[in-house]
Amino acid sequence: MSVIRGRVWKYGDDVNTDVIFAGKYTYTINDPAEMAKHALEDLDPRFVKEVKPNDIIVAGKNWGCGSSREQAATCLKENGLGAIIAKSFARIHYRNCLNTALPVLTCPEAVDVIQDKEMVELDLAAGEIRCGAGTFRFPPLPETVMGIFEAGGLIAYTRKKLAAR
Amino acid sequence: MGQTFAEKILAEKAGLAKTVPGQIVEISPDIALSHDNTAAIRGIFEKMGGVKVFNPKVHAIILDHATPAPTTEHAENHRIVREFVQEQGVEHFFDVGRGVCHQVLVEEGLALPGEVVLGSDSHTTHAGVMGAFGAGIGRSEMASIWALGELWLRVPESLKIIVHGKLSPSVTAKDLALHIIGELGSDGGLYMSVEWHGEAIEALDLSQQAVLPNITAEMGAKNSYIPPDQKVFSFLKDRSNRQYEPVYPDPDASYTKIVEYDASTIVPVIACPHTVDNVKPLSEIAGLHIDQAFLGTCTNGRLEDLGAAAAVLKGRRIAPGTRMIVIPASSEVYLDALRAGYIETFVAAGAMVQSPGCGPCMGNHMGIPAVGEVIISSANRNFQGRMGTRESEVYLASPEVVAASAVAGAIIHPRYLQEGRG
Repeated sequence: MSVIRGRVWKYGDDVNTDVIFAGKYTYTINDPAEMAKHALEDLDPRFVKEVKPNDIIVAGKNWGCGSSREQAATCLKENGLGAIIAKSFARIHYRNCLNTALPVLTCPEAVDVIQDKEMVELDLAAGEIRCGAGTFRFPPLPETVMGIFEAGGLIAYTRKKLAAR
Repeated sequence: MGQTFAEKILAEKAGLAKTVPGQIVEISPDIALSHDNTAAIRGIFEKMGGVKVFNPKVHAIILDHATPAPTTEHAENHRIVREFVQEQGVEHFFDVGRGVCHQVLVEEGLALPGEVVLGSDSHTTHAGVMGAFGAGIGRSEMASIWALGELWLRVPESLKIIVHGKLSPSVTAKDLALHIIGELGSDGGLYMSVEWHGEAIEALDLSQQAVLPNITAEMGAKNSYIPPDQKVFSFLKDRSNRQYEPVYPDPDASYTKIVEYDASTIVPVIACPHTVDNVKPLSEIAGLHIDQAFLGTCTNGRLEDLGAAAAVLKGRRIAPGTRMIVIPASSEVYLDALRAGYIETFVAAGAMVQSPGCGPCMGNHMGIPAVGEVIISSANRNFQGRMGTRESEVYLASPEVVAASAVAGAIIHPRYLQEGRG
């Protein structure tokens, strides 16, 4: 998982969780595979049809604002998304992504120059984004968060910690 | 150097002398709030290997999102939650009909000054009206709290909002909040602890004050806090049997940003589709036809909100071609509104009054718009598709404006109704 190479899906500012995973499905769809079919339905219907494993979403500021619904992270992860790079993230969605072990990186400089559909390489260990316009560095994730991340998500992390008690 | 509210309360809860923004702390919440999503959280909890919750006393479980159940799926979801409550011995459980979780938490004396409330709902910031640290978290995080009794939090930077002077009589806390969100933007308080200070804030009653921390979620805030005063302590007197110790920021605390407003310059405003920060003076949108008016939600469904709307609707009728839905935020509000005669006023005016809960706010039931319809709502969110179909437009305003617009069949401020210009 250290190096992620994928094609870019570029979106704008303030993409909210209602368009990432619509509220009308929150109590009727519980199967993650089914959730995946509705990812970004109200923003970009092509996404679920064409997304490939390790593809990367590159977005403007405040990605994932609005409702705390975790399905917004789950439905992206289930589509095999490799990572999200944004100018900034809404905090609950940011946490939800990390908790499903979906890498989320804040790097406004990279977002400005990355083009839609270009191939981008993300090196989590080196803290680098490599794209057509050059190489960008991003700050490493906090240690506690990396622990969750390395366990493969909060569920696995908690399971391990609970079992150790 | 002094500490902000967030730095201080998180230091206390983590057993540290002080904290700084960016620091990661592990804390045990005083209250862990969940709602209809409790059933899904239970599934995650079981995947984590959870059998018994860490401490059943900290849970507050309030069914509100789709209540009473609109479909068999929703009903099954509620059934699973009730089973879980039984199995785990959860004390603070409120079944369908009690009201919207954030309002009920306050009424039940479960959101207390100087305490930490973590909730699997983005508007958990609401608890800040009682001087609590209220923050929304995800479902897996809630399951992890059930299992381990603790969660990591990043100590947030703090934004201090000071509102001087006095709001004019035609301006509500909703107008003030929307004005500020419009100015600072939907990410204006991203990751931040927002503190509300100044005499204009102190002068608001608790019901109006509650609007502020509730809707601060719409600028990305982690939590939102009003320094608790005598109003809070009196309110809690017969509601809480737990001891609490208020936490206040130090006068010399360091804020990432301080913004100041003069309350007297704020005018009635409206949040236009499809973002909460798309705020315009009401006068610019006045006259736009509306198909449905919705009064309710955790933002503006309290007794005072219903009273303000009833004062507008008294002796008037909802315009032909327009529908109005009223949903009290809680059963307590409902009873009080019934005794005050507001419910009679609503029904006589041609409005539909429905049982307490979130109603159509996030598109579950009880008044979903048709394609192409325009809604005016007292809620806190107007995202595209929020109320069911993406082909509808949702405008957010104060209860007074929602009621007046229902009467006129078009967006209007009540003072123009009174002058017969509606």
